[in-house]
Amino acid sequence: MNGLVRGSAAIVGVAESDLGAVAAEMSAIDLMAQGVRRALDDCGLALKDIDGLICATAQARTSGLSLAEYLGISPAFIDTTILGGSSFMFHVAHAQAALQLGLCKVAVIAYGSTQRTIGRRHASVREYNPYETPFRPFLPSTAYALAASRHMHQFGTTREQLAAVAVAARQWALKNPVAWEKKPLTIPEVLAARMIRYPFTVRDICLVTDGGGAVIMTTAERARSLKKPPAYVLGCGQAITHANISSMPDLTVTGALASGRQAYEMAKLEPADIDVLELYDAFTINTILFLEDLGFCQKGEGGAFVENGRIAPGGVLPVNTNGGGLSYCHPGMYGLFLLIEATRQLRGECGERQVAKCETAIAHGNGGVLSSQATVILGASATV
Amino acid sequence: MERVDTSPLTIYQQYLDRGELAYQWSPTAGRAVFYPRVICPFTGSDRLEWRVSAGLGTVYATTVTHPRDGAPYNVAMIDMDEGFRLMSRVEDVAPEAVKIGMRVKFRLHRPGGDEPPYPVFTPLEEGA
Repeated sequence: MNGLVRGSAAIVGVAESDLGAVAAEMSAIDLMAQGVRRALDDCGLALKDIDGLICATAQARTSGLSLAEYLGISPAFIDTTILGGSSFMFHVAHAQAALQLGLCKVAVIAYGSTQRTIGRRHASVREYNPYETPFRPFLPSTAYALAASRHMHQFGTTREQLAAVAVAARQWALKNPVAWEKKPLTIPEVLAARMIRYPFTVRDICLVTDGGGAVIMTTAERARSLKKPPAYVLGCGQAITHANISSMPDLTVTGALASGRQAYEMAKLEPADIDVLELYDAFTINTILFLEDLGFCQKGEGGAFVENGRIAPGGVLPVNTNGGGLSYCHPGMYGLFLLIEATRQLRGECGERQVAKCETAIAHGNGGVLSSQATVILGASATV
Repeated sequence: MERVDTSPLTIYQQYLDRGELAYQWSPTAGRAVFYPRVICPFTGSDRLEWRVSAGLGTVYATTVTHPRDGAPYNVAMIDMDEGFRLMSRVEDVAPEAVKIGMRVKFRLHRPGGDEPPYPVFTPLEEGA
């Protein structure tokens, strides 16, 4: 993104709201507000310091109005861009632009969802598409299954390789006290689980949980005076390739190729420089596609790449250290949690799952049906 | 651009009512456009011509949906010989027997009731 300056802004406060299955009649905005409160505590700022308000949820038509009213603030800068689960990576770039321009001094990015409590159909109403709906695709899962079928056909990717992604995520989740899944998982168990959308069993598909949270950003200058070490925004990149899966140009190549290139260019880094990857794993194929498109292996080699525990705890490349959308939490628009985990890894706050000498992190968001891709590269103080 | 009297979807459905699978051709881009629109996504031109597909295509991607209730069914993406792609399903074979690269032929499906007809596909027999 032209105009954004490497390291000009930083993430200074992060927090999850209640996760999993939240109290009855909690609203998406309740969870946003809870996330904001906890993120303010995380960085030592006060509600009155927030003059930039950014949020997205599938459950409020004008969530910016709802959250501003709820918090009792009248923000100078507001953005409610909604492009699916990657919205929050777009928000980081927009917040950085606003901070650079002086449109605001402290921006909060918030999310909330109660899809588990109220049911997915109520949380995220699907639009009727006369060119797709008659064929009864279950979206988004059918779209990702189509992409997986293509990857398997072109590159020989196997169901066992997809399962290896789910197993790695589970192994990380067992090290995360707030992860939804608590039991070990094996490749045979993934393959033998209930078939949902071939080639995906229920274990290839993300969780359906409630959850929310908030991320607070400010200028690099101000970030240095706050409670915890800043996670500097080193690079941002974004790409939109389609809205509906039948319009995706090539089901094996995502916009992460372009968003990653932009982010690396701005960050002046390359894949080998990245210490930890938080990739949007709504489905097992996602992790494989994004490892390829973000340059960690060649196109088509992602299946072999994830074998033998390479991305699991103890492997050479730590990926989805919170347990991912597959095993930690997935309230529908998961991107915010990738930013939270990346920041915590850079701060060294992750306990048993902490990646050693972690100074650079990628948080890569995916939205829609592989439609919107956005990459954020964060760095600890030594990188700026 | 002039006022649109009949929407692209209405025209598409009118062709289907007659048993024809229609798509648009963009003379300025020199390529097919699908789904039907009021302007060409490659050039921005509002000059789009309607053409009728010969109905032959190749399976580009395929999946089997296993619903909670009811029988598993196929959802596929078909690359038509005229150069456009659409979502559909392949019938007359088991859903898991639908393979990428399979040659298929258009057939009109009339669901009945208030639902408009839509295009499905069947395997193209060898030599047909």
